[in-house]
Amino acid sequence: MRISKTLRLAALGVVGAMALAACSSSGGAQENTSNDDGTAAAPAAGGKSYTIAMVTHEQAGDSFWDKIRAGAEASAKAHGIDLKYSNDPDGAKQATLIQNAVDSKVDGIATTMATPDSVGPAAQAAIAAGIPVVAFNSGISDYSKYGVTMYFGSDEDLAGQTVGEKIKAEGGTKTLCVIQAQGSVALDARCNGVTKTAGNTEVLYVNGEDLTSVQSTLQAKLQQDTAISDIVTLGAPIAMTALQAKADAGSQAKIITFDLNADAAQAIQDGKIEFSVDQQPYVQGYMAVTALWLNLSNGNDIGGGKPVLTGPSIVDSSNIGPIVQYAKNNTR
Amino acid sequence: MSTTVATKNPSPAPSAAQRPRRSLLGQVLARPELGAAAAAIVIALFFLASAPAFRSLAAVSTVLYASSTIGIVAVGVALLMIGGEFDLSSGVAVTTSALTAAITSYQLSLNVWVGVLVSLVVALAIGFVNGWLVMRTGIPSFLVTLSTFFVLQGVNLGVTKLLTGTVATANISDMDGFASARAVFAGTLSLGPLNLKITVLWWAVFTVVATWVLLRTRVGNWIFAVGGNQASARAVGVPVRKVKIGLFMGVAFLAWFLGMHLLFAFSTVQSGVGVGNEFVYIIAAVVGGALLTGGYGSAVGSAIGAIIFGMTTQGIVYAGWDPNWFKTFLGVMLLLAVLVNLYIKNVAARRV
Repeated sequence: MRISKTLRLAALGVVGAMALAACSSSGGAQENTSNDDGTAAAPAAGGKSYTIAMVTHEQAGDSFWDKIRAGAEASAKAHGIDLKYSNDPDGAKQATLIQNAVDSKVDGIATTMATPDSVGPAAQAAIAAGIPVVAFNSGISDYSKYGVTMYFGSDEDLAGQTVGEKIKAEGGTKTLCVIQAQGSVALDARCNGVTKTAGNTEVLYVNGEDLTSVQSTLQAKLQQDTAISDIVTLGAPIAMTALQAKADAGSQAKIITFDLNADAAQAIQDGKIEFSVDQQPYVQGYMAVTALWLNLSNGNDIGGGKPVLTGPSIVDSSNIGPIVQYAKNNTR
Repeated sequence: MSTTVATKNPSPAPSAAQRPRRSLLGQVLARPELGAAAAAIVIALFFLASAPAFRSLAAVSTVLYASSTIGIVAVGVALLMIGGEFDLSSGVAVTTSALTAAITSYQLSLNVWVGVLVSLVVALAIGFVNGWLVMRTGIPSFLVTLSTFFVLQGVNLGVTKLLTGTVATANISDMDGFASARAVFAGTLSLGPLNLKITVLWWAVFTVVATWVLLRTRVGNWIFAVGGNQASARAVGVPVRKVKIGLFMGVAFLAWFLGMHLLFAFSTVQSGVGVGNEFVYIIAAVVGGALLTGGYGSAVGSAIGAIIFGMTTQGIVYAGWDPNWFKTFLGVMLLLAVLVNLYIKNVAARRV
């Protein structure tokens, strides 16, 4: 039993260290207590309380999806909705989750359609069963095929083109578009959009699950091709890693990103990231749930059969000001 | 199997003297990492020839960095595999360690070094529980650590969301102790024109220590013995339980170390990352000559396996090949590495 003794010693050591360690005089949660979320429970409007299922292709533990959920939950709270959230990155399993929601007789379903072929038929079946379905975040070109009437999200191709145009206008000569999940239709569409308007663009695939490998792959690419003038990343954590890879490789390339998080917002303010194309995930989650609530309680149909675009919203040094705090609050 | 395994290990055991003498060449050829080393040289030459950017010093440091982030944990995984066990939880344990350190120090506004120590205790506890469960229940480690893998994945997400309100930790780069911790875990050494990441140095240290333990200490003999044949090892008085639990804790320690690198290199951690890396570590150990069945392998081999993996992933980028085929190139290169490895081993077996 020497091991347990060693463990006990180690535990003692830690307790001692904790006692000895001076409290951090800068940073930490104790300094940041002011921005508690002040969302008071709003009274449910109308008599009936609805149950709404949100089914996404979220890869668990990604801060982007957390914002979608935060928006959805804020809307549910505001309208007295019982929100059932579920997710699976595998299209077939996501379809099963939608079927589960139908089986449990929810009042409405909000779903992403990253893999329209597998999710679409399930959404169609839900509509046939009399449950209204809205699509959000992905599936802009396919949602109407399956009888879904409302869509909230960004047009990925359009967003990509906007980025490409800005790069061209700033005199960019060679663009590197970094895809962190190989095989994602939405991410491919963004880079295709960039290529359309920026011209000379190369795609680089990295493993978004492992930031150290993202860093070394990016660094290798920047060392191999010194002509790269602009790097487009498709997620905020990847942008932060690209900043480091750029510094380590001694590259002068400008960094442009999609999406925001607290650090990326700060980097835009500091001028390290040129600008971000924000598709406003908080709004996507919020609108999807709110649209269902309006449809159920008031018969509304938002968008008039056309997709409702939540982006691209360009965030750069000129308008970043208040957004830094919103990003810290997990709503931007 | 155990008898052949035992004779392959050049160990300072007393029985070594009674073995038939081998030629020096035979001894060299019988080393488990030799095949991998040959494969590494072939791959290096291949990329040196086909990717001009691969020839620079900057490329060397990038490749070594990429390899070190695999190799650090792979050292522990190789030792564990020599001891006859698997750990599928190592990839997620890296993230658990980083999250623990970040959340502890941020939420309590403590010096980050406190978080570092707390997460070390947590990591060692995970390793201990893995080992203890395997020894206590007799369930194969594959299943025990698969369970740990899922448990940790859930804990990573659940606890992070519960304590921070989001699924990522706050940026801790403005907290006390961050600069010194970054220097230790994620610093850069400037050696003339070569900017070497400090993880490369740590990786070398861990590999040397593990090699010394394996080849020059009694514990090393025990590790080979429990991996070769657990029952007979126990019969001759090897403390099987302690050795195996210790090996699991060794993997946990190295996972913790890489977790600290992750945290101090990037200042924040997303709770969903790390999944899948456990296989990369196992691949490095296997490419480096460790047997999937235990009892045979080396720490240096795992380092060479990590270099092969690092060179291949970075080399493809340096060569500027079509990224759609990235994984295919990787697969073919790894298969070639293992084939060269096997070929050399067969040649060696015939020479001896």
